[in-house]
This record gives sequence, C-alpha cells and structure tokens, in this order.
Amino acid sequence: MSAGNLTRRKIYDRASRVVFLLATLLGVAALGILLYRILSDGLGWLDWQFISSFASRFPEKAGILSALFGSLWIIGITAPVAFILGIGTALYLEEYAKKGWFTNLIQVNINNLAGVPSIVFGILGLGLFVEGFLFGRTILSGALTMALLVLPIIVVASQEAIRSVPQHLRNASYALGASKWQTIRGVVIPAAFPSILTGFILALSRAIGETAPLIVVGAVTFIAFVPSSPLDQFTVLPIQIYSWTSKPQDEFRAIAAAGIIVLLIVLFTLNATAVYLRNKYQKRY
Amino acid sequence: MIEITPLFPLSARGKGMFTLGRQEILTLNQEVRSKKSQIVVKNEKKNREFGIRTFLIACAFVSVLTTVGIVMVLLFETISFFKEVSLFSFLTDTKWTPLFIPQHFGILPLLSGSLLITLGACLVALPFGLMTAIYLSEYAHEKVRRTIKPILEVLAGVPTIVYGYFALTFVTPLIRSIFPDTGVFNALSASIVVGIMILPMVASLSEDAMVAVPRSLRDAAYALGATKLEVATKVVVPAGLSGIISSFVLACSRAIGETMIVTIAAGATPKLTLNPLESIQTMTSFIVQVSGGDIEHGSIEYSTIFAVGMTLFLLTLGINIIAQWITRRYKEEY
Repeated sequence: MSAGNLTRRKIYDRASRVVFLLATLLGVAALGILLYRILSDGLGWLDWQFISSFASRFPEKAGILSALFGSLWIIGITAPVAFILGIGTALYLEEYAKKGWFTNLIQVNINNLAGVPSIVFGILGLGLFVEGFLFGRTILSGALTMALLVLPIIVVASQEAIRSVPQHLRNASYALGASKWQTIRGVVIPAAFPSILTGFILALSRAIGETAPLIVVGAVTFIAFVPSSPLDQFTVLPIQIYSWTSKPQDEFRAIAAAGIIVLLIVLFTLNATAVYLRNKYQKRY
Repeated sequence: MIEITPLFPLSARGKGMFTLGRQEILTLNQEVRSKKSQIVVKNEKKNREFGIRTFLIACAFVSVLTTVGIVMVLLFETISFFKEVSLFSFLTDTKWTPLFIPQHFGILPLLSGSLLITLGACLVALPFGLMTAIYLSEYAHEKVRRTIKPILEVLAGVPTIVYGYFALTFVTPLIRSIFPDTGVFNALSASIVVGIMILPMVASLSEDAMVAVPRSLRDAAYALGATKLEVATKVVVPAGLSGIISSFVLACSRAIGETMIVTIAAGATPKLTLNPLESIQTMTSFIVQVSGGDIEHGSIEYSTIFAVGMTLFLLTLGINIIAQWITRRYKEEY
C-alpha cells in the first residue's frame, strides 16, 4: 500500500466525520427552525382570551376553549379503555399464553396493527362506531377509535416491561403460596409499572396529537359550546389547528401557530413526565 | 380443589350423636361450618383466577377483532363500490374525478401521488437518517449521543399537523423563492417535510441495528489497519444491514400512510405526474377531503373512501410484511 493511498484514506476518514456530523445536525436544525417559526408566528396571539374563547369567524376573537375540552373528553375516555385493554393483552401474552398458533396470531396481529396508517383506523371508526353501533359523530366514537389506534403501542411497551421482571421474583411469590393472579398483582405489575406508565404516557401523547382519524370519524371544526356528554359533537386541538391552517388569511395562520404552541406545551409536559418516570424508577435486575 | 378432610372432629370420635352434650354439638357444628367455608374460599379463589384469565384473553382478543373489524368495514363498502365500478377501470383509468361529472374512478393518479411523496421523503430521510445513525453509533462521544438522541425523539413526537403547518408556512415559501412557478400547493414541500418526519425513525432503528453489531468485529477491522470510515461502511453497515433495510421499508410505509402533511401542503388535484412542483393528491388526503365534506352516506362517493382505504391498507400491510420478512430472513446472529 503506497503512502499516497494511506493519506487519501485518512483524508476521507476526516471528511466523513464532518459529513456525518452535518447530516446529524440536519435533524436538529429542522427542529430548531420549526420551533422558532412557530413561536415567532404564534406567541403574540397567545393570551388568556385565546385559551378561554370559542371558535370565531374573527381571528382576534377566536379561541380554543371547545377544542381543549374536546381533547380532554377524548383522552378521558381513550386513556382508561386503552390502558385496561393494553395491559390485559400484555399480561395475557407474557404471563398466561402458551406457545401456539393463537398466541402467535395475536402477536403478529399486534405488530401489523402498529403499522396500519392512522387514517385507516379512522375508517374503522366511521364504519364500526359511527355507522355500525350508531354512536354517531360523537366524542364516544372518536375516543374508542383512538383507543384502538394506540392499543398496539401500549401492548408492546407493557410486554417489554413485563418481560424485564426477573423470574425469581415470581418464583419467590409462588413459594409463599401466592396464586398466579396474586403474583401478577402483587409482584409483576408493581415491578413493571414505571415502564408500563412510560409507554402509556407516550401513547397518550400520540392520541392527543393525532388528527386524521378524527376527521374521518367526523369531528366538527366549528363548535361554540363545551361538550357535556360523551354523545356530544366535538372538536379537538389538532383539528382546530388544521381548520385555521387551511384558511388563506395570515391572521388565521397566526392563531393556528398559537394553537400549536398550546398543543406542544401539553405534549412536551407529557413526554418530560415520561422521561422523568423512566429515569427515576428504572431498575436493573 | 376440594381436600378430603374428616368433617367429624377427633374430640367427638367414639361417642354417639346422642351422647354429645349441647355445648359439644355447638362446637361440632361450628367446626363443620368453618371447613365448609374454607372449601368455599378455595372455590372462590379458583373462580377468580379463572375469571381473570378469561378477562385477559378477552382483552387480547380485542386486537384480533380490530383487524377483523378493519377488514370487514373496508370489504363491506368496497364490494358495494365495485358493484358500480369495474375493478379493471379502477386499476387502469388514469383519471380520478369521483366528486364531479363525468365521474372517473381510476386509482392511478392517487397512487402515483402517494408514491411521489414517498419517493421524495425517502430521498431525504434514508441518506440523512443512515448518516445520522452511523454518526451516533460510530463517531459520537457518549455526551453528544445523549444530547442528540432526545432531540431526535422530540422530533419524532411532533404531531403531523405541526409538520403540515411548517410545510405550508415555511418550506413552501422557501421553494417558491427558488422556483417562482411553483404552486402554493406542491408535492415537493410535502415530501421534504414528510422526509424530516420519518428521519428520526430511520435514524433510531438503524442505530439500534448498528449498536447490536459486536465490538469484536470492529476491533478485528481496526487491527487490520482500517480507518473509522472503513469500519463503519465496510463492517458495521453490512453487519447490521437487515435492521437498516427494514427501517427503510418501515419508513416508506409510514410515508405512504402519512396524512396531514400532504393534506395541508400537497393540494387536492389528483394528477398522474412526476413533476414535484405541481399540486397533487394522495390516497390519504383524498380520504380526508371526502370525509370532511357533506357526502351522503350510501352514495358511490361515500364508498370511494373505503375503496381507497382498502388500497392503502393492502399496500402498507404488504410493505410491513416485507419488512418483517427481511428482518427474519437476513438476521445475523452474533
């Protein structure tokens, strides 16, 4: 190998470090620009009036009150449904299921559901809850659709959490005479809970930011009341933002940005909680 | 489980019923009752175990029912769609105009729209995602890694509606300042932003695949005098290739199914074109357009949602199955 060749290889090596670093910084830069744009567009419109008003034809009077309550209603129903179904599925697969075609079917099925586009879940919600069960275009239909959408995320996260609980903890519990369910309730779930909770919170933040399925299920963009029952019509924060973004006037774009700021604050708070929980309670066995 | 234990206590043994005093009979009675209640408790415990097991199976079954539900809902309306439109014209007609006369129901313009967006997104996300993964896995110090990974996680957690806003209000004006002929709605802006959206996914999954490559392989290459670049591109990437390719394929599937960015930034004109500066429509944004309007339930326009949804579902399912197959087939075990 000649000396010239070696020099060339070393130059390539140095250059590659710079190129790879720049490529990495692209993602960081994209996030930076995105946040900067949204803050500079929307911060001026963000005030108490914006939080506490209903939608309006006039941008200076418009607010996100009904959207905020709509999002709260959706999450209030989605969260318990998805939580129970998700943990139940994970517990069954990890603690009860014997290897076989049925278990295999459920596992493959969950992996595939995780890859189904969210809008297809919207079509499911439209066909099943809105038209099939005759729930109509209501909070209930939207929330159940969202629960099915985030279910695979919760199941996969909970499965990993349950799998990481070492077998000797279970054996100790059995040795004390505990039954299977007593072991699960008293030993497995408490040990796995921080990780389960982290996955659950991330799934919820996905549900809060999701727009497309709720448009298909039939959220309305203009609602001038606070929903009072699960069978009311509704709008949510992302749909309100969508409706403002698609208006041509600059003022509406600006209040869309203000809405995005509120949405991002909610999501970052949730994600920060998830990361905090993960770091605080993460145990290595 | 019912244990067989003598119900008749030892203290009473050898005495006839009639020789027992009143107090003895009372104690006897109580003992028998407590034995019975123990059996009942055991049965209750057993019933509860059974009940919980059944409940958990039911939970697991919901996910299967979800898939069945998706297929049934899509199939039901798709069949009524194909009663009006022939499968042949659906697959070969080059016009998609279901909402006005004359109606045409050719999926090709929507399909080409979706594929154009996906192609553009992949051109952004695959090279940059892979380079990010190589940098994080091979070059970066632990400190840098710990700063950049959470940033990418945040990027992955940004809702697509926010990306849509970003595409329309920042990327599109930028493109229009370079190519003044570009429309307000164009495929290029949407596909770049979809690319940014799926970049963290490519980076994180590919990095996982590279981190899993054992240290010994790298050390062997260094011992032969390889530079860092050579180790990364000739050892680590080939060794983690199955994971890297499956991350690419999954990212494509995400791009095809992406809805809000294309709805906001790419427009609503179904068109068979390869020009990224034109307004197009994807399968997903068509579904949003129709379900946002006042389409009569049961009409042919209504059932187009399901026919397009079915196409989208089959396409992404096929791609995901390919990804899983690649992972299994080419998995290197160390």
